[in-house]
Amino acid sequence: MVDRSLALPDSVAKKTTGPFQWLKSMYLRSEPFRGYVMLSPTLLIMIVALGAPVLFLFVVSFWTQHLLDFTPGFVFDNYITFLEKGNYQNLLWRSIKISGFVTILTVLLAYPMAYFIAFRVTKNKLIWIILITVPFWTSYLLRVFAWKIILGYNGVVNSGLAELGWIEAPLEFILYNPFAVVVTLAHAWAAFAILPIYVSLEKIDRSLLEAATDLGDTPRQRFFRITLPLSMAGVVAASLLVFIPTVGDFVTPALVGGPKGLMIGNLIQLQFAKANNWPMGAALSVISLMAITGIVCAFLWFTKRIRTQDL
Amino acid sequence: MSTKNKFGALGVFAVSYLAFVYIPVLFLPLFSFNDSIYVAFPLKGFTMQWYYEAFQSDGLMSSLKNSFKVGVPVAILSTALGTLAAKAVTRYRMPGKAPVMSFIMTPLVVPGIIVGVALLIIANMIGVTLSLFTIAIAHVPMCAAFSMWIMISRLEGFDKSMEEASFDLGEGAWMTFWRVTFPLILPGIIASLLLTFTISFDEFILASFLGGSEPTLPVYMWSQLRFPNTLPRVLALGAMILVVSFVLVYFAEWFRRRGTQIKTSSGV
Repeated sequence: MVDRSLALPDSVAKKTTGPFQWLKSMYLRSEPFRGYVMLSPTLLIMIVALGAPVLFLFVVSFWTQHLLDFTPGFVFDNYITFLEKGNYQNLLWRSIKISGFVTILTVLLAYPMAYFIAFRVTKNKLIWIILITVPFWTSYLLRVFAWKIILGYNGVVNSGLAELGWIEAPLEFILYNPFAVVVTLAHAWAAFAILPIYVSLEKIDRSLLEAATDLGDTPRQRFFRITLPLSMAGVVAASLLVFIPTVGDFVTPALVGGPKGLMIGNLIQLQFAKANNWPMGAALSVISLMAITGIVCAFLWFTKRIRTQDL
Repeated sequence: MSTKNKFGALGVFAVSYLAFVYIPVLFLPLFSFNDSIYVAFPLKGFTMQWYYEAFQSDGLMSSLKNSFKVGVPVAILSTALGTLAAKAVTRYRMPGKAPVMSFIMTPLVVPGIIVGVALLIIANMIGVTLSLFTIAIAHVPMCAAFSMWIMISRLEGFDKSMEEASFDLGEGAWMTFWRVTFPLILPGIIASLLLTFTISFDEFILASFLGGSEPTLPVYMWSQLRFPNTLPRVLALGAMILVVSFVLVYFAEWFRRRGTQIKTSSGV
């Protein structure tokens, strides 16, 4: 690729000396430099409004709270509290388990749907894609809220079944437990799993599938030997897109989880509300972040190993 | 393969899946017209009362205004940032592009509560009063990341020779941008504006941590969930948010995918 502007700078660069001119000639001469200049406003805001605050969270997690004031320092009190309190650890463990179930459920349900759109839909593909993308962009709170009125004590399911005469008293077990949290999250995050899987399926070179058939693979063999391995990248991306944000969710457990369905996000939120122990909240956030990162790395390592073994 | 075969069991699954995705949400509008304070079957009769009450409520109207005050600037700023970033990574070969792109995309995967908590602590440290402004600051990285993602898929198929032709014909960089690049990426920009607005408008977690005494619409809705007797009004509000979001997103997706339909690299 010949960039037109490259023709200009050489003569300019020789004549100039000041730092401004140097920058200008760098700008004209160097393609990466121009790229980074264009990226700099976005990078700056990411660092200011995201990177720096999250790093500062680590610092605060070693502070302590005394009544209304923070005591800056470098003590492990909050981490020790976490290790001493069994129920804190249980909450984190439960959050990971719930998110794990949600991830498996959403990916298993999303795969056939993505497969259908990628391989079977020929007419009106755009409509199908829009139909599965619209919920992706719209209110997550409302999707969760919908399940509260569906599963509630006198909610849609219970009153509907009573109306039909199938039950005498409302079923109490459907709301305020981990199961309700799993169903609600699986529904709320459904769209996040379909999109990456769909993209990876759509990218598969169709001639590979024809070749497999020509060489005598049955459709089932072909799926497991060609389609599934080639779409694994999408499956991995979908799993991460669902797993990571759901671990920290506090809206769903608060609305449909009840005491047995609470998650680590609720505990963190509590530290910034009633409990008013911000450093503890920071430590819990850091611990969750570490746990998530550890699981994600293990998962990536594991899937990579499987994929390289296959080849 | 016959058409019947093509649909088959997988087609039935696909339709049930769509039902699973859409039906639960449809209960919100359904019960918002129900003439009863209880959200339960049997339906009692049609009423517009809850909508009327919703609009009478001062808290609701002011939180609606707040949501616009946050959403509109956030959409404009994050679309500008996302477009610039997308242009940079698709146009130039740069060392370290992959890690930089992943860094910009991190807001899409970091749990919202962690970002919310981190920003709350920082705001407190440097003595910034929580307001709509702090909510907007929190929304920009997330929305810019989404915008970059949308714009990259739009720019990937971008024919660089168009810009080069404009340069060769004597236009400067600025006029080339306005007369060639901008019209070509305009559908993507419109889509990005609509989608980032919707995200900011619907966002709850960051807004609840950073809102202070000025709630946005989702935060107001959350605060109303505690009172059973205002539930129907909240349903009416939710139904309206749902309809507005759906319309916005539908147009956005239509704009975004027009012309680049079924191009696999468009990246959904």
